[in-house]
Formats: sequence, structure tokens, C-alpha cells
Amino acid sequence: MGFEERNTWAFLVISVVSYTTYVVLVLRSAAGGPLVDAPYQQYLLGTIGAAILVAIVVSIGIRIAIAVRDDDAEQGADQRDREISAFGSRMGQSFMVIGGVAAMLMAMAEWDWFWIANVIYLCFALSGLTESIARIAAYRGGLPQW
Amino acid sequence: MVRPTRVTNRIRTLRFEHSEMTQADLAKRIGATRQTVIAIEQGKYSPTLEMAFQIASVFGVPLDDVFQYPTSLENTP
Repeated sequence: MGFEERNTWAFLVISVVSYTTYVVLVLRSAAGGPLVDAPYQQYLLGTIGAAILVAIVVSIGIRIAIAVRDDDAEQGADQRDREISAFGSRMGQSFMVIGGVAAMLMAMAEWDWFWIANVIYLCFALSGLTESIARIAAYRGGLPQW
Repeated sequence: MVRPTRVTNRIRTLRFEHSEMTQADLAKRIGATRQTVIAIEQGKYSPTLEMAFQIASVFGVPLDDVFQYPTSLENTP
């Protein structure tokens, strides 16, 4: 397994763990009361920030681990990695659009800010999840020929 | 519609004919990862035209000695 594929697996796990942590923290802080009153902001920013930091640290760790093994052929990205990356981005992009449009409509309908922020975060998480799964599927089974 | 690649290749055979060249050696010579060479050999990835020429160049053979594509007659059911 090359660097890019390991990175993709790491990103998938980090995305799932960070979003699940966020949901658990918000539900616990709501304590059975209305969700819109829960202090979600700190958890939202905290889990996104932590996910980014952990992803950077894990990526550096993977690169060091490969370098220690002195496996030159597994370093860096090549043409196939770039094609798989572009394919994954295309797959995940739809959720970003859905999230943006949903947030826009919710803002126009004057929904609570809690729901607007959360629909964006949910679609952001789904986008990352879809992208990672698409990339792993392409690494394992090959890129689809349209 | 998703379909597997129809491009076949003789890379594995050519590697063994060239002093049992390893996948890692071939990858290094064409500037790719070993995983990409494995994916090409297994028919899971069709390389770019440039990479295909690089592979043929490593083995010192014409492109169609390395890669084959079924003609339309062969595909007729």
C-alpha cells in the first residue's frame, strides 16, 4: 500500500471519528433539552481543528514510516494517484453543493443558526467520507472507465 | 457506465525476460509507484500514453509488444 492510499485510509478514519465525536458531544451537552440550545460552536470548531491537526500528524507519521523502510517506490504521488484523487474529489463534491444549497435555503427560511451550521458540517463530513470511499474503491478495484 | 479496462499487457512476462526485473525497479525507472505497476499488470489501471511509452522504452520494444487492445471483430458476440 502506497503513501497516498494509506493517507486516504487515515483520512477516512479521522473523518468518521471526528464527526461522531462531535455528534456525541452535542447530544450530551443538550442533555435531553432542545438541540438548538446546545453549545455546539466550540465542539464544531474543536473537532474540525483536531481532525486537521491529527490528519497532518498522521500523514507525517506515514511518510516517516515509509522513509524508515527506505522504500523509494512508495514515496510520493504519481499519475495514477492524481487521477484517483481527482475521481474522489468529483464524487465528494456533490455533497458540498447539496450542503451549500441547503444552507442557503435554510437561511432564507430563517431557520435557527444551529441547523444551518450543522447541515453544512454534515455535508462537509459526507463529502469527505464519499471522497475517501471512492478513492479506496479506485485503489482496490481500479478507476472506472466511463 | 463503469466497466473494467480492456487493455491487456505483457509487462510481467517482459520483466522476467529482462533479468527478472522487479516491479519496484520498473516503477523507479518510469517514475511511478510500485502500486501503479502492480495495478497496470493486473489490468486495474490503464496508464497514460506517455507512461505506456516509457514502459515500452524500458524493455526496448514497440508499444504494441507491451500493450494490446482487442479489435472490434474480436469483440463481436
